[in-house]
Parts: sequence; C-alpha cells; structure tokens
Amino acid sequence: MAAEAPPTSTPQHAAGPSGPNHGLRIFLIWLPLALAADLIIWFAWGPHMPPGAMSSSASNQQFDITVMAVMAAPVVLLVLVYFLYALVVWRAKPDDDTDGPAIHGNTRIQATWITLTSVIVLSLFVFGTVELYAANGSGGGEGASPLQVPGGPRLQVQVIGQQWKFTYRYPQYGGFETTQLVLPTNTWVQFNVTSIDVIHSFWAYQLGVKADANPSVNNVAFTKIDHTGTFDVRCAELCGLWHGAMTNVGLALSPAAFQTWATTTRARLRDVTAALPPYSLTYDPAFIPQMSKQMVAGGFDGAQGFFYPPTDPYQP
Amino acid sequence: MAIETQPERAHGAGGSGHASRRRRPWWMRPAIHTAIIGAVIGYLIGHLLGNFLASSDVATEYPNIPLSDTSDWPIVLGYAFAVVGWLAGLGVFNDLLRQVAGRPVRVATEEEEASEGVSRYFRFTLDHKVVGIQYLIGMIIYFCTAGLLAMAIRAELLSPTYHLFTSQVYTEIVGEHGTMMMMLMTSVIVGPFGNYLVPLMIGSKRVAFPRIEALSFWITPIAFLILLSSFMLGGFPFGWTGYAPLSIQSTAGADAYAVAFGLMGFSVILAGFNIIVTVICYRAPGMRWSRVPMFVWAMVTTSFLFVLAGPVLIAGMYMMVTDRTAQTAFFIDTLGGSSYLYQNVFWFFGHPEVYILALPGFGIVSEILPVFCRKPLFGYKVAAAGLIGVTLLSFFVWQHHLFMSGINPDMRPVFMLTTELISIPTGFIYLVAMGTLWKAKIRFTVPMLFTLGMYFNFLIGGISGVLLSDVPANVTAHGSFFVMAHFHYTIMGGLIFAFMGGCYYWLPKMMGIKLNQTLGKIHFWTMFVFFNSTFLPLFAVGMAGQPRRVFEYARNLETLNDWVSISAFFLGGSILIFVINFVYSTVIARVREEGNPWRSRGLEWQVSSPPPPGNFAHVPVVLSGPYEYGTPGAPPVADLNPPAGVVSAAFAGTQTARAEA
Repeated sequence: MAAEAPPTSTPQHAAGPSGPNHGLRIFLIWLPLALAADLIIWFAWGPHMPPGAMSSSASNQQFDITVMAVMAAPVVLLVLVYFLYALVVWRAKPDDDTDGPAIHGNTRIQATWITLTSVIVLSLFVFGTVELYAANGSGGGEGASPLQVPGGPRLQVQVIGQQWKFTYRYPQYGGFETTQLVLPTNTWVQFNVTSIDVIHSFWAYQLGVKADANPSVNNVAFTKIDHTGTFDVRCAELCGLWHGAMTNVGLALSPAAFQTWATTTRARLRDVTAALPPYSLTYDPAFIPQMSKQMVAGGFDGAQGFFYPPTDPYQP
Repeated sequence: MAIETQPERAHGAGGSGHASRRRRPWWMRPAIHTAIIGAVIGYLIGHLLGNFLASSDVATEYPNIPLSDTSDWPIVLGYAFAVVGWLAGLGVFNDLLRQVAGRPVRVATEEEEASEGVSRYFRFTLDHKVVGIQYLIGMIIYFCTAGLLAMAIRAELLSPTYHLFTSQVYTEIVGEHGTMMMMLMTSVIVGPFGNYLVPLMIGSKRVAFPRIEALSFWITPIAFLILLSSFMLGGFPFGWTGYAPLSIQSTAGADAYAVAFGLMGFSVILAGFNIIVTVICYRAPGMRWSRVPMFVWAMVTTSFLFVLAGPVLIAGMYMMVTDRTAQTAFFIDTLGGSSYLYQNVFWFFGHPEVYILALPGFGIVSEILPVFCRKPLFGYKVAAAGLIGVTLLSFFVWQHHLFMSGINPDMRPVFMLTTELISIPTGFIYLVAMGTLWKAKIRFTVPMLFTLGMYFNFLIGGISGVLLSDVPANVTAHGSFFVMAHFHYTIMGGLIFAFMGGCYYWLPKMMGIKLNQTLGKIHFWTMFVFFNSTFLPLFAVGMAGQPRRVFEYARNLETLNDWVSISAFFLGGSILIFVINFVYSTVIARVREEGNPWRSRGLEWQVSSPPPPGNFAHVPVVLSGPYEYGTPGAPPVADLNPPAGVVSAAFAGTQTARAEA
C-alpha cells in the first residue's frame, strides 16, 4: 500500500540519467508478492486463524487478526523487498572506494510516506474501534459497567480467580459454585470476573474471552457460543507459584443439555451452596480465611475444589 | 550554564595541589574492595536496625509493624544501608564531606587518572571514557547473567509438564531474567556508548557532571547484586512487572526486587540528567542542532525518558516497599487502596521504559548506516522528528497494557489510537533507512550486518505491535507468548543487535584494538539465524494459546517449544562467540587500531583511538554535518586546531563569556 512511496520517483541527483528504473523494478517485484500473500492470508490462512470460530467473540477476533495480517503483509513485504533489492543491486564492488550520490532527502517522498502511514494508522484505529463496539467488547474485559451490552436474556456466570484455581458461580441457579465451566450455546453469556486474592486473568482460549480477575472489582465480558465442544481455560496473568498449572477444560452444551446439567448440579450442591458466602459481584478477601475454617469444620474439605485440598501447594 | 572552553583550568586548583601528594598504597584507597566492605558493614547495620524495629519491644509502641511479615524490615533497611555503605566505600561522599569541612576538593586530572592503569576501572573515576568502559563490561556481565537465566527457562519448557525445576524455582528464574534484563539493559547503550561517545561527538572535552555520571554507573553493580540476592531469600514470584497485591503478599525476595529496581531508577535519572545537560551546554562551536549526530539525538531523547519516567518507577517501588513493611495499603483494595494504582504507576514508567530500550538502537543504526552506504543520512530532520515523536507519544500509551483489566474500558479506543500513532514516527526510521540505501555503495562490514539485522528484526517486532494495539485482536494476544515474542523482537532484535553493531563499530575507537572480523561475521550469522529461529515460532505458540510465564503448556505445543528451546541454546552459543571474540581481541590478540578504519566522518573518529585524555587538544570548531558522504566540496567535519580566538569568539554572546570577560 505504501508502494509508490520511496521507489517510483527517482531522485534528481541520481548518478546515471539513463540507469534502470529501480523504483519500477521494486514495485514489480513487490506487487505480485503482496497480492499473493494477501490472497493466501485471506482465503487459505484466514479461516484457520486463531482463536477459531467457536463463539461470537472468537470469530470477531479471527476476522480482526486476518484483516490486520492482510494490512501488514504488504508493508512488511515492501520493506523486505526494498532492502533485499538494495543489498543486491547497490552493493559496492570490492575495489570501489567511491561514495554514493549525495541525496539529503526528498520532500515529496517524505510527505508521501508520512501521509500514507498516517492514513493506514488512522484507518486501523477506526476499524479497531468499530469492531470493538460492534462485537460488544469482543470478549475482552469491559469493566464493571460496559457501554455495549447485548440485548435479550443473558446467562450470568461469575468467574472467581483464586490461587490457583478458577471457580464458577451461577447466580441464576441459586449461586452454586463449580470447578468446571459449563456453558450453553446460542445464548449470550455475561462473565462477571473477580478475584479473591491477587490479579488473575481469565482466558477461555477457544471462546476468545479474556478478562483480568482483580480483587474487589467486577470485570464483565460477553460472548455467545456457536458450537458445542470443549474449550481451554487458562490464567493469563502471573499470579504466583502455580500460575502455570492454573488451567482447566470448559464444556459448551446445547441449551437443553445445559438446563439439565444446571438443575441437577444445583440440587446436588444444595448443602455446599448454603455454606458459601451469599452471591455478590465482589468478595472481601479478608472474609475468605474465616470462611475456610467454617468449611473445614463443616466437613467440606475441598474435595469438590471449593477450597484448596490439603495436598495443594501452599504459598508461604 | 558553565560552558568551559578550557575545562582543564577548572581542574587546575586541585590538580596542581596534589601532584606532589604521596599516594597511599592501592588497598588503602577507595575502590571496589572497600565498597564491598562498606556494603557488608552497611547491610549488617541496617539489618540490626530492622530487627530492632520489628522486635517486640518496639512493636508494642508501633502496633502496625508486627502485622507485616516481620522479616521485611531488616531486609529493606539492610539493603538501604548496604547501598550507602557501598557508595561510601567507593569514596563517593569524600569530596562532598571535604567541601562540608571547608577543605579543598581533590580532583585528579584525566592524565593522572590515566596513569593509574587498569585500577582506575575499579574506582570512582570521573573520566567519562573510563565510565563508558566500566559500563560496557558491566552491561556485558549483566546481559550474560540474565541470558543464562533465559537458557534455564527454555530448559524447563522443553517438556510440557514441569520436570527440571520446582514451580518455586521456575518463577524465581522467570522473574530474575525479566527484571534483570528490563532494569539493567535500560543503560546497555546509553551507559557504554552514550557516556563515552557523546562528548566526543559534540566536540566537548568533558561531560557536564562527571560525579553524577560515575555515580550512575556505580549504582548498577549494587543493584545487580541486590537483585541476585533475591535468590537467597526465596526469589519473587511475580515476573518483572511486580503486580500488586501478589507482590505485597510475597516473601522477602520481593524486597530485593523493589529495592534493586528503585535503585536502577536513580541510576538512569542521574545518567540521563548528565547527558541532557552535556548535550545542551557542551556542544562545540558550530555543532548546531542540525549537525548533531543521530546517535546524540537518540541519547538526548532517551535521557529525557530517563528523567521523566525514572521518578515514577521510584515512586512505585517506594509504595511497594512501604506496603510490604509499614502496611500502607496503597495497593490493597479492601483497605482503600487499589491494585489498579500499581498497574497505572508501573506502566506509566514501563511504557516509556520500553522505548528507552528502542531509541538508542534507532540512534546506532542511523549512525552506522550512512557510513557503510557512503551516502548522507536521508531525511535528517525526519529521523530526528521520529525520535522526538516516539519520545513524546511514549507517555500516552501506557494503558494498552491494561486493555483486559477492566479499567476505563471506554478509554481503550484512545489508547489504541495513541499506540497506533506511535508507529508513524517509528516508521520514519524505516523511511530514513530506505532513503539512505537508495543507490548507495553498500559495504557489508560486521557493524553493517548487525544494523541490517536490527532493521529486519524491528520490522517484525513493530508490525506485531500494531496487531497488539488492536483491542479485539489483543483479546487473544494479550498476556500470551505472542507479546513475549513481540517485545523480544524489539528489545533483543532491536536494542541488542544495535548494541552488538555498536560494539563492532566503536570498540576500535574506545579501546584502540581491532575486533576479529571473521569471528564477528560468525557471531552475526549465528545470532541472526538463531534469534529468528527462537522467537519467530513463539508468535505462533502465543496465538495457539500459551500464556506467558507458565511452566506447563498444552502437549500439542511441545514440538514448537522444543524447537524454540534448542534454538535458544544455540542463540546463547552465539553470544558466547561474541564474548570469546571480545576477550580474544581485547586481551589476547590486541591488534592495534589507531586511525579511522571505517572512513567515518563522525567527529569521534577525527581524534586518535583511544582518544587522548581530555578528548581534544583544543575545542574543535565544527564545520559541517557528520553525514556529508559523497557531497562535492563538503568541508571536513571539524577544524581540530582552530586559530586562537575563534572558540572564545564563538561564545562571545553567551553569559559565561561575558562573565569571564
């Protein structure tokens, strides 16, 4: 895109008046390469770009990443082709001790370059902003009160980060808490991400969802899952010793299957839910140690992952 | 605004006085060994004081103290006193105390310092050329130490499950590698080349503040040692960013992190302050701003980032230390603080910091390219504008590190815009390079190879940065190995390649020896190939879902990770080739290099190698720009023996000249 910028206009001080038109040559080498690269990226690579197309936000990011790659490839190729051409063609002969032409600058080329790069940058900005708001934040953490909220009913899922586990509460089903994230397809999901100790980052890779879990903060992210299947959940913010092991696998079910799962799990965990602190958007970390003592006293020893099992790592 | 046209006179009072003074034996004079003794004594004093503060008797009067991890007080105070003891042992405060006592300050002239031989490199020496060499050796040591830690990280990542280190040791190593690289490599170019070459390039006999400059170096070894000492205290589990509240809850190793990083903040502020004043006030007559070499522009802009971003770092580290010791709760949400505060403060320093790690590289490649293209730098003003533009914009982008944090979600487009805008001035550097290459007479010397390698690497690093700035794309890339590959491309591929180019280009100047060119070419090609082979796959690894700083990853990424690890070991081997070449050329072979091997027009090359004490016999008068290659009828770059009266006439309008008259 910045093709015409440096090469096509030969500076007036050029050594040989009848020399080859280097600008045109570079352009002709660059053009097919750039076209081929963009076509390959758009048609062949694009559908396989990360993070896939499992959810609305993932598809949105896949599209964005593909567009960025399509924009970037010609720029990278232009610079590379130019450099390689220069290094091959304008390499000094071994016995040549002379200096090159004294070109100090070229206002037209400089102005063209600055204009073109500015146009590219500003269009990328507009594109990014439109894409961000059109996709309801595209799965990123939106803070406590997002500007764009998808309409219609939403499944509320609270993601609680703690060292070194994610647990999930479902307030619309009595606030039960699980260690596996189970979600329905074709339903807008609102993640309310918070933490009860340090900063974590909830990253559901295939869903294209990433939101930091900050203590005392509710960080909202939206997505709508299109396909059933499993997805990986990882912590994307260094949170201490076992950050590397803070991972689990989530499950996307059809809405009916999810309904069944949620109802049965709610019934199964009724006693545990009663012992939990009441559902709220954030939790006071100071409360958690007291809670744990009660849980241990009440016989809930963490076998379900509600609290660290005795064998879990302990950070001094 | 003391422009001293004859700085030797400034030394005169002290210099003449102690020529006859009898020297004490070397072990009685302040140097690195007394500094170590001072540091040990200081640490013991501070530690005892901290223990006293945290002891139960005092604690009853200050009830907040025992609530904290009581081991933090003795550690923090121990480090603080160790720093004071280290500097006192070096003799940093001697002149200060003499002045307080009303006694004459003993300043050795550069000739006297030069007569001390190698031992001056282990002292608080005020010659900027000595400080430059000190920095050079120091930076190579720091870089290799942190590089070995990187090898350890890659060794662990050979397998998707943890197998070599415990998670404790692994996070320690990750934190040490990141922190050491990010805090000490700030000065990897400003320290050695900036301090050494800026006065030579602007035609000055000295720097503005030699003591401040020397102090800035001597803080780095103690900061390095304090950071390393964290290993003895259990390390710190929070990487180089030190996010609260994780850093507040961590064990005593985190004190080492906070003190060392804060100290390095002091070091860069001092270094930057000296360079800014030197360049503004100590340029030779005729060295207009339009003739200042691009490397000096890069040093000035970097120095502005130093002095503006450094205080924010110190503030952040200070708050962390008080949170950890005195329970101030700056970063504890439930007690009225905010964990966002730390992220804001840290990145307000941290993003200028990453440009601190880019601009010096731009300066070096822009300096080397015209020499080996035998052409003027294309668009000198555009290049300078690029450096200044990056400097200004770098203070307005910090929240792109918080895109996923939920802070100010509706400010994200603004930070997306500023982040993408910064690619415009960065693009200037490429415009300048491409214009300079146009119809050039390119010579593939070793410095030129590193320069070209830097342009290639930084291109990939820069373009991947544009992808990171796009918020939707950032959702996937944020906090993953993609980010890690991105900044290794800009910092290692940009800064360190430029540093290596600078070494091959300027070491003949600084040390008066030739570096072995064959080994240099082997070094370049191995480093270039294995650097790309190490970090290019990491973009894919990150996009495939591997977060940063993990010791366990998905099994399907094992092949790529193994490839990367093995490449990384070879990359380490290529650095070893550099070290071997450096030691072989400077210690064993010592082939003399006296003239101007690159036929450079730079002012620094117009004096002998290494430059004589005082740099120039007379203050030179600069006659033309440094990049006038191939310009018919271009005057020489400077008149090194200007006729009497020219220099003082050049300063006739300044206050100093009036005051002197």
